[in-house]
Amino acid sequence: MSHRSRLASLLILAGAVAAACAKTPPAPAPAPAQAAPTVDSSRLRDSLANAKRMSDSAAAEHERQAAAVAAARSALVAKVFFDYDKSDITDQGKAILDAKVPILNTNPGIRIRVEGDCDRRGSDEYNLALGQRRAAAAKRYLTDHGIDAGRIDIISYGAERPVAEGDSEDAYSQNRRDEFAIVAGGDNLKVAGQ
Amino acid sequence: MTAGLALVASVIAVAGPAMAQDTSRTGVHIGLNYQPGTKPGVLVLPIAGAGGDSAHAIIERDLDFADAMNVITGIDQGMGDAAVNFALVQKLGAAAVVQASLAPSSLHVIVYDVAKKRQLLTRDFAVPATPGAADWRLVIHDASDWIQQAITGSRGIAATRIAFIRDGQIYITDTDGADTRPVTQKGGGPLSPQWHPTGRYLTYSFFAPRGTQIAVLDLTSGSAHALAATPTGLNSTPAFTPDGNSIVYTHGDENGTDLYLVPAFSNDPTRRITVGHGTDNTQPTFSPDGQRLAFTSGRSGHPEVYIVNIDGTEPDLLTPFQFGDDIYRASPNWSPDGRLVVFESRVNGRFQIETIALRDRTVRQLTSDGINEDPKWAPDSRHVVFTSNRTGVRQLFILDSESGRTRQLTLGGPARLSAWSRSMGSP
Repeated sequence: MSHRSRLASLLILAGAVAAACAKTPPAPAPAPAQAAPTVDSSRLRDSLANAKRMSDSAAAEHERQAAAVAAARSALVAKVFFDYDKSDITDQGKAILDAKVPILNTNPGIRIRVEGDCDRRGSDEYNLALGQRRAAAAKRYLTDHGIDAGRIDIISYGAERPVAEGDSEDAYSQNRRDEFAIVAGGDNLKVAGQ
Repeated sequence: MTAGLALVASVIAVAGPAMAQDTSRTGVHIGLNYQPGTKPGVLVLPIAGAGGDSAHAIIERDLDFADAMNVITGIDQGMGDAAVNFALVQKLGAAAVVQASLAPSSLHVIVYDVAKKRQLLTRDFAVPATPGAADWRLVIHDASDWIQQAITGSRGIAATRIAFIRDGQIYITDTDGADTRPVTQKGGGPLSPQWHPTGRYLTYSFFAPRGTQIAVLDLTSGSAHALAATPTGLNSTPAFTPDGNSIVYTHGDENGTDLYLVPAFSNDPTRRITVGHGTDNTQPTFSPDGQRLAFTSGRSGHPEVYIVNIDGTEPDLLTPFQFGDDIYRASPNWSPDGRLVVFESRVNGRFQIETIALRDRTVRQLTSDGINEDPKWAPDSRHVVFTSNRTGVRQLFILDSESGRTRQLTLGGPARLSAWSRSMGSP
């Protein structure tokens, strides 16, 4: 049983128990005490507690999984930054790319697009080529680490799509980047190790 | 006003002596002893006929913008076809006098050499019906260019247009800033428009989902087609070959960007020109004979301008890079006379417009105010249009490379990445 379907059955069970508890049964007709079926109240308590435990555990597990998926997605799209007029992957950039590799390996259906961007200094036209080189550098790093080249598109936006305006070094450094977009297979992201 | 009228009355002699008429229609004589660097005085007499005042103002402004003549102003009354009082106009400092009249369908222009009292040019220009319309003004600009040629020997550049990028669209404007209008729809982020030699087409790049593509826009029909050769990857900075049949552009993939040649109007295959071994090679610009290209390359580790033969042989550094120098030089544009390449160069941290001579590699810096980029030559190989942020936002400016005189071409929203057409005037 896959993890997802196991989680789904737990949720269904927990839901059913919760529904059973919530409903107030119609009041039974008065009957002779001896003839009435014995309700084992301790067993019911145990059963309810057990269901609640399972429900809580499923919710916690679900939450944990959701957080892990979100973290994986965030790692997959984490930006890589560059020095001025450079396309070399820095040590920091390598760490960011290294974190993407296991996610891509775990999710062979995922395809991504690397988008190379530049700060606005210099020729707008030359910056298109520079952005292409930056996107290609990240793609090459990932393919060197075993990711199939066919899963990675690259595009350059040059200096046409700044995320920070202005002429401060801070703005420039935010704009010298590769962005990563998930173009296919991102809906059922699996987390490495599951 | 009274003085003005009196002056006009005397400028046009009531019964001047009949002069030898030059009856050849093109009739171009280099009659003035024009010295480059000196500016002959030119008097444009008032122009009679419907739209004459507009035509007069346009011609005076065109001759002023040409930076090759001193336009003598202050004569503001039309006097028809009467003969010119040469003695008086000479006193006003005019070496040449322009006498023109507008009929419903034609502009008749005579240019006189004042010293020799003879005609330098007589020419009729077919004029569209509506004074002030774009096609009407283009004809007046054409007349200005012929007048300038008659006086200075060099064809003017008034009857040209400049394409540029504003707010994610390609715009076109006349050289006097009139009739500024978008020629593409919003969307796609077009960049780097370049003119076809006929002025009928523009080629440019635009962003598509799988990369940047090259398109050709027919300005006559308004329709554009993307080149089949450029479906994916980076395809940018297209330039028509001087014969107009092909386009050289930059193609980039995982292994750097290089220059390629592709037919502009057929689906024949591309041919690679540069082999940059993973470096950036972009912004091609042709020598006038179409046999060589100047382009920007990062092969030395930072952008510099190189020259290569159209078959890819003999790549050669043009700009004066020396080991250890990390100056950034880009955006070359080869002058139509073949003598100079204009480019942008980082000087003290800011980009400036410079030229380099092909013959002796002499470099001249043309700007110093603000950040100045993307220079493009006018057809006269003298004026340069470029982008500058000197007023706070990027606008286009036109610079006379001989005198340094600079005027702002565009107003309104930020403008950049301009391209100057060839002459759209009459042959």
